[in-house]
Amino acid sequence: MSTDIHEYLAELEDIPGTRVYTAARARRGYWMNQFAMSLMTAENRERFKADERAYLDAWPLTEEQKQALLDRDYNRCLDLGGNIYFLAKLFSTDGLSFLQAVGTMTGMRPEEYQAMMVAGGRSPQGVRSIREKR
Amino acid sequence: MARITAGVATSHVPAVGAAIDLGKTAEPYWQPVFAGYDWSRQWIAGEKPDVVILVYNDHASAFDMRIIPTFAIGCAERYGICDEGWGPRPVPDVIGHPDLAWHIAQSCILDEFDLTIVNEMQVDHGLTVPMSLMFGQPEAWPVRVVPLAVNVVTYPPPSGNRCWLLGEAIARAVESYPEDLNVQVWGTGGMSHQLQGPRAGLINAEWDNRFLDWMSGPYGDELRAIPHIEYLRETGSEGIEMVMWLIMRGALGRDVRALHRHYHVPASNTAVGHLVLEPVR
Repeated sequence: MSTDIHEYLAELEDIPGTRVYTAARARRGYWMNQFAMSLMTAENRERFKADERAYLDAWPLTEEQKQALLDRDYNRCLDLGGNIYFLAKLFSTDGLSFLQAVGTMTGMRPEEYQAMMVAGGRSPQGVRSIREKR
Repeated sequence: MARITAGVATSHVPAVGAAIDLGKTAEPYWQPVFAGYDWSRQWIAGEKPDVVILVYNDHASAFDMRIIPTFAIGCAERYGICDEGWGPRPVPDVIGHPDLAWHIAQSCILDEFDLTIVNEMQVDHGLTVPMSLMFGQPEAWPVRVVPLAVNVVTYPPPSGNRCWLLGEAIARAVESYPEDLNVQVWGTGGMSHQLQGPRAGLINAEWDNRFLDWMSGPYGDELRAIPHIEYLRETGSEGIEMVMWLIMRGALGRDVRALHRHYHVPASNTAVGHLVLEPVR
């Protein structure tokens, strides 16, 4: 395995449809992820649901991040530094399972995504490497 | 002296915990997932381990972005169950083994593995789902647990080789613990799954089964050489959790015998893999 951090990080960006949670993303999304952690108590979940915008305004988030969270646009959240295990607190607050929430990022309808999983999941064929087209 | 008598590998999918908690294990979707654990529950009832060293990852529960330990060992008397956003799982608190845990922490640090010591934390599905799969729904867990949390969320996680070597160091530490204890090591997480982005839903049964073959075989040279990028490309972004299995496998020594093997797709977004191994000395 490469011990050169520059090579290592470059490889992580070579996977189609994937945002690996690197330091750059972790730094960008710090407060988005910390906001999500706050939803681990029932009291905060109620406060959030009562007025999402006001709850988000209490955190040092960018306007883009707030909008992505309000829209539940999880791909956008990942682009802005969110991590799925943190964002899980948000979709759990909405009553969604991992299966339901994760499917929203694929462009497939929920029943299509769930049917794909039951049929054995997505093949790695063609989505291993952007550079090598394999 | 304490001795490591067996290793268990299992996925720790949150929906598996929900299926148990909501009484859905006999439903057609879930039945084949759980059927693969029937043998294991009978086996462990006969084995009666005193302690499980349970390798898992915290999913932004006890550790948020403020503190990111690569390897953290729980040295507490007990661990509460955390609220991951839908309320805590209705399972008993997890009882620790602080004497053994501190012994392992001290021994590993002298052995050049600088573990982070945790005296208070709650545990999430990464730890409790394997407990439920192996022990069902008891009033109290029939075993003490030493939690070992591994960072596989923020990059880079530890290399597979480093995980293997930590397993070896843990085995040395256990062997030097004076009390006669029956200790198992569990490696959890995986197998192939990706929970993010347009590529979500990736499953690679062929790769997973080769990994199960290698886990069940001697030496582990192939396992130790797998780079992070291969886990990511071949098994999805969350397939990286499989490095945690190598801590368990490293702790068992060169040769193992596979007593039980189970593989099923899917549980939610994930390929479920499960092994019961015993060391051959």
